[in-house]
Amino acid sequence: MGMTIAEKIIALAAGADQVKAGDIHTVNLDRMMSNDGTTHLTVDMYHSKLNTPRVADPKKVVFIVDHNVPSDSPKTAAAQKKMRDFAKEHGIDFWEGEGVCHQVMMERYVCPGELIFGADSHTCTYGALGAFGTGVGCTDLLYGMVTGSSWVLVPETIKFNLTGSLPQGVYPRDLMLTIIGQIGAGGASYQVMEFCGDGAKTLSVEDRMVLCNLAVEAGAKTAIFEPDEIALKWLTDRGRRPKAVFKSDEDARYVKEYTFDLDKIVPVAARPDFVDDVVPAVQVCGVRIDEAFLGSCNNGRIDDLRVGAAVVKGRRISDHVRFLVVPASRQVYLQALEEGLIDTFMESGAIVMNPNCSVCWGSCQGVIGENEVLISTGTRNFKGRAGHPSSKVYLGSAATVAASAVKGEICTADML
Amino acid sequence: MGQTIVEKIISRNIGAEKVEPGQIVTVKVDRVMLDDIMIPFIVDKFHEMGFCRVWDPDRVVLIYDHLVPSSQLDDIRHYKVGDEFAAKYGIEHVHRSDGICHQLMTEAGYVKPGDVVFGTDSHTTTYGCVGAFSTGIGYTEMAAILGTGTLWVKVPETIRIHISGTLPANVMSKDMILRIIGDLGADGATYRALEFTGDTVERMSVSSRMTMANMAIEAGAKCALFAPDEKTAQYCGVSLDGFQPGLAGDRDAAYLKTLTYRAEDFVPVMACPSQVDKIREVKDLAGLPIDQVFIGSCTNGRLEDLQAAAKVLEGKQVAPFVKLIVTPASRKVYEEASACGAIGTLVKAGAMVTHPGCGLCCGRTGGILWDGERVVATNNRNFLGRMGTSKVEIYLASPAVAAACAAAGAIVCPL
Amino acid sequence: MEQFTGKVWVLGDDIDTDIIIPTQYLALKSIEDMKQYGFSPLRPELAGKIEKGDILVAGKNFGCGSSREQAPEVLKALGIRCIIARSFARIFFRNSINNGLLLMEQPELWDHVREGETIEVVVNSHVSSNGKQYPLTSLPDNLVEIIEAGGLVKAMQARNGLAV
Repeated sequence: MGMTIAEKIIALAAGADQVKAGDIHTVNLDRMMSNDGTTHLTVDMYHSKLNTPRVADPKKVVFIVDHNVPSDSPKTAAAQKKMRDFAKEHGIDFWEGEGVCHQVMMERYVCPGELIFGADSHTCTYGALGAFGTGVGCTDLLYGMVTGSSWVLVPETIKFNLTGSLPQGVYPRDLMLTIIGQIGAGGASYQVMEFCGDGAKTLSVEDRMVLCNLAVEAGAKTAIFEPDEIALKWLTDRGRRPKAVFKSDEDARYVKEYTFDLDKIVPVAARPDFVDDVVPAVQVCGVRIDEAFLGSCNNGRIDDLRVGAAVVKGRRISDHVRFLVVPASRQVYLQALEEGLIDTFMESGAIVMNPNCSVCWGSCQGVIGENEVLISTGTRNFKGRAGHPSSKVYLGSAATVAASAVKGEICTADML
Repeated sequence: MGQTIVEKIISRNIGAEKVEPGQIVTVKVDRVMLDDIMIPFIVDKFHEMGFCRVWDPDRVVLIYDHLVPSSQLDDIRHYKVGDEFAAKYGIEHVHRSDGICHQLMTEAGYVKPGDVVFGTDSHTTTYGCVGAFSTGIGYTEMAAILGTGTLWVKVPETIRIHISGTLPANVMSKDMILRIIGDLGADGATYRALEFTGDTVERMSVSSRMTMANMAIEAGAKCALFAPDEKTAQYCGVSLDGFQPGLAGDRDAAYLKTLTYRAEDFVPVMACPSQVDKIREVKDLAGLPIDQVFIGSCTNGRLEDLQAAAKVLEGKQVAPFVKLIVTPASRKVYEEASACGAIGTLVKAGAMVTHPGCGLCCGRTGGILWDGERVVATNNRNFLGRMGTSKVEIYLASPAVAAACAAAGAIVCPL
Repeated sequence: MEQFTGKVWVLGDDIDTDIIIPTQYLALKSIEDMKQYGFSPLRPELAGKIEKGDILVAGKNFGCGSSREQAPEVLKALGIRCIIARSFARIFFRNSINNGLLLMEQPELWDHVREGETIEVVVNSHVSSNGKQYPLTSLPDNLVEIIEAGGLVKAMQARNGLAV
C-alpha cells in the first residue's frame, strides 16, 4: 500500500517502514516552535509540573516573540521576559521583533521532510516546503521539549487537485478562501490537505504558504505540497538542505479528492464571523470600513506588499480609515524598504508597523472599537477577535484590502 | 529697560509697549493644539461651559498621537469623539496618524516665531524652538480658549542660559538640556521662562533646539525660548518680518539670573531613575546591563536623532536579548530617514521601527517593560512606572548614547 | 474664614502626574473609573484608603510632569479636601484651581507632620499640627475670583448666560 507525503514524513519520524491513517506512532520531532502567545505557560509548567526538568535538545527549539511586539502592557512584558530568560538559560534560539513566527520559521528553519510542532495553530504553513507542521497546545510542546519526541495519530489525507492558473488580479488568498468556503470550516478536520496538480506548479513557495497557512481554518491538521524544484530552489537559495524529499505514491490512499480550476477563481471575501462564509467580493462592496489591515503570516509577504502598494500608489487612504501595513518579517520589511514600497505606503497615509502579528492577533495593536468594521488579510474573522465584541471583520486579498482602504468602503481593486 | 523674548511676545500680543514679570494679562491665542488623550475631556468641558461655536477653527489643530496605533478599546472612543467634534465645528487641521503633536505643530508650519500657543500637553514648551511662547494647559482651560480665543497668563520671569563654544563630538543637545535640568533641579524654573543664548545655541539646528525647549518643562519652566534666526525662518517656511528678527532678549532686559556654560565642558550624561534631574555622567554608569533601548519621542525622534543612532549602529548588531525600539517623531521624519538610509541601517542592526507616534514615551504601548528590567530611552521622562511597572529602571540619554548602549547591551559612552 | 480639619497622608518631593494617575488609565471613560489607580506606581494601596475630607501633605514640586487635568480631578474624586505642599508645579496648580481643588504652599509643615494625624486648616491664615501653627499665604486675586465663581467651567457658564 502506498503512502502520502504526510504519511511518509511520519513514518520517517517514527522509524517505521509503513504507517497508515488511524495509526498512533511515537515520533521524533525535528523542531519545536513556541511564541509569546503561550510560551510563558509552557515555562510555568516546566518549572511546576516536572520532577527533573530538562530540555532534550535546545537546538531543536525556537522561541519567537511576535504576538505583542513591541509589548503593550506589563502583563505581556512579564510573559515575554519569562520566555527571554528561559531561552537565555537553556541556549534556545530566540527571536524578538524579527517577524511573525511562521514567516521566521520558513525563512530560517523549515526543511522538506521535517516533522515540526508549533504552539500555534497556523504551524501548518510549513507544508509549503513539504514539511509536516502542526499546531499543538503547550502541554504537547512541553513534552516535546523535554523528551524530543511525541505521539501522533496518522491523519487521513484529502487531495486537492489544482488545475489551470490564477487570472490577473486574483490571488492565492482568493483561492484558499474559496476552497474553505466550499469544504467548510470543518471540511478537513484532523486531516491533511495535500495540494497537487498542474495548478500547484504555477504557485511560488510564498503562494503555497498562503494556502497551507489557512488550512487550519478548514480544520486540517496540516496541509502539504510536494517539495518540487520550485521548493528545492527556494530552499537552496537560503542555504538549507532537505531532510527528505517525499512524493505521494500513486497508490496512496486519499479519503477524498477535490478539483479546483484556478482560472475560475474570482476575488472573494469571508464575511463576519466565519472564515468559511465566503462570497465573491463584489457582493460585499459598499460596506463602510473603519480599519484595513495588510499583514499577517497569511498575507504579509513581499508579494502582498507589492500588490497593496501598487493599489495605493499615488492615492490617499480615506480620512476615516486606519490602514495598518505590517510586513511579516524583518526580511520582508527590508525588501519592501528597498523597493520603495514602505515609502509608498507612508505617502498614502498608511500606518506602517514593525513586523508582528498586529491586529490579526487582535488583542492590542490596531484593536477596533464598538461596531467598527475591519477588512483584513489576517487569518481569522471570528467574533470579537480584532477588538470589541460588536465589531466585524471581513477577510480579503491584499488588493481588496488596499483598495478598500482608499475608498473607505469594501471594494475590489478594479473598482477604484 | 529692555525686555526678554517672552516679554516681547506678550507685549505685542496684548498691544502693550511693555509688560513686567508677575503682571497678569489676557492674551489672544494664535494657535491651540488638542491631543487624542484629552479630546473627550475638552469636548465635555466645552459643552458644559455652554459654547456653541469654536472661536476660530483655523487656529485649532487636533492631533492623534498618544493612542496611535490603537492598543486598547477605549482608544477608539477618543478618535470618534475627536472626529465628531472636528466635523461639527469645522476644524480641518486633523492629523490621525502623522506623528507626535509637538513635532507636527512646528514641522507642518502651525507655529510661527512670535506666536502665542497653548496645548493640552506639558511638552507644548517645545515651540519655543522657533521663538514662540507656548505652554501646556489642562483641558478645562483649553475648552475656555476654544470658546473665547483668550487665556490669562502671568508674565514669567526669565532665566537666561548662555552657552558658548564648541561641543565635543559625542555630545548632543540632549546632554546639554539634561545637565541644565540637573543644575536647575526639577522645580528650578517653575513659573519661569528659559531663554537660550550664545554662539553654541546659534549654531544649533532647529531640531536640536527643539530637544531643549521640549525638556524645559522638566525643570518646571512655563516656556523656553530661542531667538528666531534664518534657520528658524527656513524651518518654518516664513521670511522673518519686522517683528520676528528683533525677537531676541534685549541687552538690558531684566533676567532673574543667568547660567553660563562652556560648550566644551558638556559630556554625555543620563538622567537616572526616577527623576529627570538626577544626572550622572555616562562614563560613571558604564557597564550596567540593559534590556531595552527606546529611540523616539517629541524630545529625540527627529531625523538628526535617527541619523545619529544609525551612524553608531552602522554595520553593528543590537546585543542578543536586547530590544531596540525606534519610533520616528513624524511621518515626514520616517520618510526622510527612509530616504537617507537611516531606517534601513537601524532595521538591519535589529531595530523594531514602529509607526510615528508617542509610543513608549507615554507608556500605553510600544515596548512596555516588567519588574527588574532596565531601559535606556531618549524621551523626556523617567518617572516611576512610566514605561511599565514601578520596578522598571528608566535612564534618559541622547540618541547617540542610546544607540551605543543597544549595541553593547549595557550602558556605554560613545566616543 | 473657611476652616476645617482632616486626616493627613504624607508624600515626598516631586510627586509627578504619572504617579498621581498613570497614562495607562488616562483613556478610561470617567474620572470615577480612573480614581482607583491613583498613586498606583508609588503606593498602590493609597487610593483605597483615602477618605473624604483627607488632606495630602507633600514636599516640593507636587504635580510636576504632564498637563493631565485628570490628576487633580482624580484627587478630588478620591475625596482629598486640600493639598499642602512645599511647592507645586505650574500646570498642576492651574488645573487644580480651575477644578476648585484647594492648594496651599507651606514650607515647614512637611518636616514635622506625621501620616495619620489630624490637622486643622484655616484658609488664608494658618494650619495647626500637633499644637503648632504654620502660616499660610493667601491666593492671588484673579485665582480667588475663579474659585469664588466655582471653577472655570462655572465662570464660563456665567459668561455664556447659562443659569448655574
